[in-house]
Amino acid sequence: MTDAIIEIADISKAFPGGVRAVDAVSLSIREGEFFALLGPSGCGKTTLLRMIAGFETPTEGAIRIDGVDMAGTAPNRRPVNMVFQSYAVFPHMSVAENVAYGLKMDGVAKPEMARRVEDALALVRLDGFDGRKPDQLSGGQRQRVALARALVKRPRVLLLDEPLSALDAKLREAMQLELVNLQKSVGITFVVVTHDQDEALSMADRIAVMETGQVRQLAPPAELYEHPNSRFVAEFIGKMNVIEATASDGVLTGPGLGVIARAPDLGDGPASVALRPEKIRLNMAPTPALGKDEAEIEGTVTTVSYHGAESHIYVDAGEGVLLSATVQNAERDAAHRVKRGDRARLCWRLADALVLKE
Amino acid sequence: MESWRSTPRVFWAVFSAPSFWLVAFFLIPLSLIWAYSFGEKTGIIDIAVTGTLDNYIRAFEPVYLQIFTKSLWIATLSTLICLAVGLPVALTIVYAPPKAKPWLLLLVILPFWTNLLIRTYALIAVLRTRGYVNFGLEWLYDQASWLFQIVGLGGLGAAILGERFEPVEILYNNGAVLIGLVYVHLPFMVLPLYAALERLDRSYLEASLDLGAGQFQTFWRVIVPLAMPGIVSGLIITFIPTLGSFLTPDLLGGPDSTMIANIIERQFKSANDWPFGSALSFMLMYLTFGALALRAFLGRGRSSGLEA
Ligand SMILES: Nc1ncnc2c1ncn2[C@@H]1O[C@H](COP(=O)(O)OP(=O)(O)OP(=O)(O)O)[C@@H](O)[C@H]1O
Ligand SMILES: [Mg+2]
Repeated sequence: MTDAIIEIADISKAFPGGVRAVDAVSLSIREGEFFALLGPSGCGKTTLLRMIAGFETPTEGAIRIDGVDMAGTAPNRRPVNMVFQSYAVFPHMSVAENVAYGLKMDGVAKPEMARRVEDALALVRLDGFDGRKPDQLSGGQRQRVALARALVKRPRVLLLDEPLSALDAKLREAMQLELVNLQKSVGITFVVVTHDQDEALSMADRIAVMETGQVRQLAPPAELYEHPNSRFVAEFIGKMNVIEATASDGVLTGPGLGVIARAPDLGDGPASVALRPEKIRLNMAPTPALGKDEAEIEGTVTTVSYHGAESHIYVDAGEGVLLSATVQNAERDAAHRVKRGDRARLCWRLADALVLKE
Repeated sequence: MESWRSTPRVFWAVFSAPSFWLVAFFLIPLSLIWAYSFGEKTGIIDIAVTGTLDNYIRAFEPVYLQIFTKSLWIATLSTLICLAVGLPVALTIVYAPPKAKPWLLLLVILPFWTNLLIRTYALIAVLRTRGYVNFGLEWLYDQASWLFQIVGLGGLGAAILGERFEPVEILYNNGAVLIGLVYVHLPFMVLPLYAALERLDRSYLEASLDLGAGQFQTFWRVIVPLAMPGIVSGLIITFIPTLGSFLTPDLLGGPDSTMIANIIERQFKSANDWPFGSALSFMLMYLTFGALALRAFLGRGRSSGLEA
């Protein structure tokens, strides 16, 4: 792949009062990639982003952008621009004035400025909105202004703090697509902060999952989803069933469940088995021929939660094991066939079960 | 509010006393003065309200008009100086560490808890010929001439600095009035500015810096326009009491530092011409109303752009 554009080396940030918002984070962001910082509220995502932008000074460690150490470089001299969570579109300026602001500060000549502002507004599909004031725009439009205002400066890296969190669900989905397309078309490196795993999975090339100031795992979306390296990542990304199991002789058995996973290299003792709901099949009748590499358990349906395209079926398998299985509603009215209280069998391929060592 | 409206008895129980107070001691006297302004003196203490406009016509005589203009000038100038001094002060407080903030605000409010007369006399002690400012200057003079002596240029020193230290006359002129008015009214400016700046969303400033603006550009292009409602409030809240000051020009000013409020005071006291004094007072009131109307007007024009 291409070179690193941002290198973060062992960076920490301690706020007065002792909060270590970012704790010894090292990562590098590649030129041209769509990078996501994902984590629960308060894990230090914003702080990390603000250190890249220059609004917070790291307590320890270094940030290099394009190989240049950024220590002591003021925000207005860094080759990055930021889209703020609140958008921070200047309320006393029109849309065009907002977008032109950064160019004016750079001393760009009038004709070129006009041309670039126009291009930037076209890029975010706001042509014709030049004269509007921010309070005459919708939330989504204000966000586009913030985007255009940052992109018009052609930064090396665009930093976005929860860019979509203020939008409603429909618009958010549309903007996710739009952001990705925009990023691919301008070729600028994007670093997006989000606490929405769905958003990160669908948009990013690579995701860093953070917890309490540290990066737990850094990987492309599919790897993160299919091969989480810890219980935290497994449960944070997508839905996950976790069964407390016991390992012995390379197989894991659940409480009163028989073999539910295989892990030849695992030593004996307790371990967690993680299973994605969509990897579990739901059978109402006994399976005629259970494969050798499959597991099956029986239980009682406790809840059927209907989501349109799919239903989530919760099955109580006894001994405190509660599993959820996702069923595609591929046929019309199929959802009605499973009812609360029914006996059901859940089966999955042993290979699909993930063993977490903690 | 809704519940007060639905239970009028509670409303009256709570508000009748203050309402009575307001009517008896504020509205009635004010109406009386207003009525007097259309009256004539008929004896030493008798006034007949005849509906005459003579008092107002007299207020437009050049002598008074000139003092009005001068008062307006001094008030405007000291209000602007208050703004120039108050804005950095307010900014400093807003960006001070959270722990220091209440203390700095206290420092601004503290003078309010001290009697104006005492503060003014304290200012006299600082500014008079044998006051602390002149002591300070004298000390500087001594140091400078001593330096000249040391380098053997005593003669040159005397030529530049003068043979002896001459105290600077700061008191009893228009400059002293200006200093006094700024000193007394600075808190009126700082507090609304502080409120406006404190409300200002930091991300606007950060966005400005992020887009390449320096501190100075950010100040003029983002902070000042966004704090404009606070600036207008501060200007008006400072201007109104400044225009009506009489103690400061009386104690700190010279013979030509008379402001309109001094003339008004004279009418009610030594000149014993209540009708004319009332008319002058109401002239001042009308000016004040004008200023408030201006603020309402400016506020309406701007408020649309300053939400969100
Ligand atoms: N200026 C500050 N002073 C003290 N503590 C702070 C400051 N800013 C952030 N923190 C603390 O640092 C931690 C990380 O904050 P940060 O804003 O980076 O979280 P985040 O991951 O962006 O969360 P969210 O998703 O809620 O925005 C939090 O515990 C927060 O309370
Ligand atoms: Mg945040």
